[in-house]
Amino acid sequence: MSNLAIILTVAPVAAYVVIVFLTARWKALSAGIAIAATGASLAISIWLLWSQVMDPTPVHASMSWLSIPSVGGWKGLELTMGVLVDPLSALMVTIVSLVAFLVMVYSTGYMHGDEGYSRYFAYLSLFTFSMLGLVVSDNYFQTFVFWELVGLCSYLLIGFWRLQNAPAEASKKAFVTNRWGDFGFLIGILLLFSTFGTFDFGQLATAIGGYQNLGFLGLIAVLVFTGPMGKSAQFPLHVWLPDAMEGPTPVSALIHAATMVAAGVFLVARGFVLFHAVPSVMEMIAWIGGFTAIFSALIALTQRDIKRILAYSTLSQLGYMFLALGAGSMSAGMFHLTTHAFFKALLFLGAGSVIHALHEQDIFKMGGLAKKMPVTAWTFVVGSLSLAGLFPLAGFWSKDEILLTALKEGQTALFYIGLVTALLTAFYMFRLIFTVFFGAAPEAEKAHGHDSHEAHESGPSMTAPLVVLAVLAVVGGLVGSPWWQTWFGGSFGSFIFFGEPEAPHIDLMVALPATAVAVAGIFFAWLVYGIKIIKAEWLATTFKPLHTLLLNKFYVDELYAWLFDKLMLLGGRILDWIDHRVIDGTFDGLASATKAGGGKLRLIQSGRLQGYALLIFGTVALAVVLFSTNLLGGFPK
Amino acid sequence: MIGLAHYLVLGGLLFCIGLLGAVAKRNAIAVFMGIELMLNSVNLNLVAFNHFLHPEFLGGQAFVVFVIVVAAAEVSVGLAIILSLYRRRAITQLDEIDLLKW
Repeated sequence: MSNLAIILTVAPVAAYVVIVFLTARWKALSAGIAIAATGASLAISIWLLWSQVMDPTPVHASMSWLSIPSVGGWKGLELTMGVLVDPLSALMVTIVSLVAFLVMVYSTGYMHGDEGYSRYFAYLSLFTFSMLGLVVSDNYFQTFVFWELVGLCSYLLIGFWRLQNAPAEASKKAFVTNRWGDFGFLIGILLLFSTFGTFDFGQLATAIGGYQNLGFLGLIAVLVFTGPMGKSAQFPLHVWLPDAMEGPTPVSALIHAATMVAAGVFLVARGFVLFHAVPSVMEMIAWIGGFTAIFSALIALTQRDIKRILAYSTLSQLGYMFLALGAGSMSAGMFHLTTHAFFKALLFLGAGSVIHALHEQDIFKMGGLAKKMPVTAWTFVVGSLSLAGLFPLAGFWSKDEILLTALKEGQTALFYIGLVTALLTAFYMFRLIFTVFFGAAPEAEKAHGHDSHEAHESGPSMTAPLVVLAVLAVVGGLVGSPWWQTWFGGSFGSFIFFGEPEAPHIDLMVALPATAVAVAGIFFAWLVYGIKIIKAEWLATTFKPLHTLLLNKFYVDELYAWLFDKLMLLGGRILDWIDHRVIDGTFDGLASATKAGGGKLRLIQSGRLQGYALLIFGTVALAVVLFSTNLLGGFPK
Repeated sequence: MIGLAHYLVLGGLLFCIGLLGAVAKRNAIAVFMGIELMLNSVNLNLVAFNHFLHPEFLGGQAFVVFVIVVAAAEVSVGLAIILSLYRRRAITQLDEIDLLKW
């Protein structure tokens, strides 16, 4: 079984190698190889998931990679490579390979005609490999290696159209922001090793269980958490995700909605024992998640670019996942990760369909697309309803679990934040839907020669994945419903859990308010953007300060730019001065002192033989005096 | 009577005169003469010690023979150097031979 895990991980990178070195010239062949490899990974993943559902015993295989024995007082280093197949990783490989497969099929239509077509599929395959490797890893160090690899693939794919300025800038921003998180992550991992002597998740779980020094453990947990903060774009390291929308839309669907940004959530789930041991860190995680959720939802209210809205929505939903994890329920967080992967990928691919048809991304330049692109429109609506959390779609069950956890664990403030965010979520999603798919098409606003009059539904390569994901967005949540528990005697919470299995149940105290705010959000959006009783412009002018603040994303980017300019560049200038004056000065000074000394000493070399002879004689005379008399202290005994 | 001390003092004086000549003279031949004088003063010392302290032990006199041989060899080489120097630069003043300097 562990061999299967290795095969499913390696198949995509084999595709990458083949595409890069052999088949780059033949575009359709490259795409076919990538899709075949990912399809094989998908098949194996489903099999692994099925076997884990039948029998949840973890399967673990590892081999020693680098072993430096301890010497004297130094602990030595033990690096292992291994795979761990358990419910969590089986679920993740299935999600990753499924969404990757669907995105690749979609991309054959979306990226058709692009001159970097083969390179695109090569990068997608590399990413799939990296992400699969990340989730089957059995120790922190290997996870970190794959963590960096997914960051690299994200950089390559965001900056795919590398000859333009915006994608290049965005990819750099993504990579550097991730690096900040990875820095803390690496220090945390190294501290884990120096304290417990191992990177392995299983061994660490037993070791942490008995560890008493909670303060130090808390420090390690916070440091390790900075990794997920960067990768899953939580505040304050969230700034890269909206800019990452410069990449091709299928990339946004795969990486920045369903999988890579979920890696942070996965890591917290995988290493949950570390965080669970320190309650204050759990509280911090929950609050960071909750804050990010409402913060991004507020910004999404004012955005005009269809992909930016979805990007902020992703940030918000990731916040929900961390809220769940921080409140104590690993099951709820992972459940929302699963359902979110389905409906967010659906929404992004749908947006891509719209963008492909119109070559336009501003929603206020679109309208009335439901008639011209019915499949796209209605799958998009289904996805949004699921995201808003309407019963009995997938999003309802997972969001309900999260809010229930928050309430049960006494985090009432976070519960209300979650509710308000749900209201905002429904509002901005249906703002998008009413503006783009319904209403009148904008007149005579021709964007690049295309306008809504010429829009047409996308081909089957693009609509088929939309339909598949729409089905999953509808039924995907049932695995976490009480009905499933009754029919099959188990559910999501008994498959993936920490400590105790969690049985799903509907608590009307949570379900009713959640559904009510979702419906309210949709209703308000209909009032403002559907039938336009309340004018959006009136809202914008009445609440102008708030509107400006939200439109400019709370000025976080400007703050960072200012901080960078004032603090980091100042630091850089100081260090540069030290480098030039102090360090170079020391060494140049030593050199010139030596040179000056030498310049004086060389005058001894007069070239005159007799002078030398006199010197020699003088020394000999001195030596004689030293050795034979007591005048200079005499000969040493 | 003439004892060991007289010979030693004479040897010392000769050495000092030779040193003065070797170090302070400008003419190369004069420097050579000084060197020879120093060598011969050492010879005098050796023979004096030999005669006054260990007359039956001929080691000192044997050493002197070696020193004379070495002095002779050294003179031949040195004069050859001075001759070739004179042929190239037509000078014998040693303090003008100072190219190997700073």
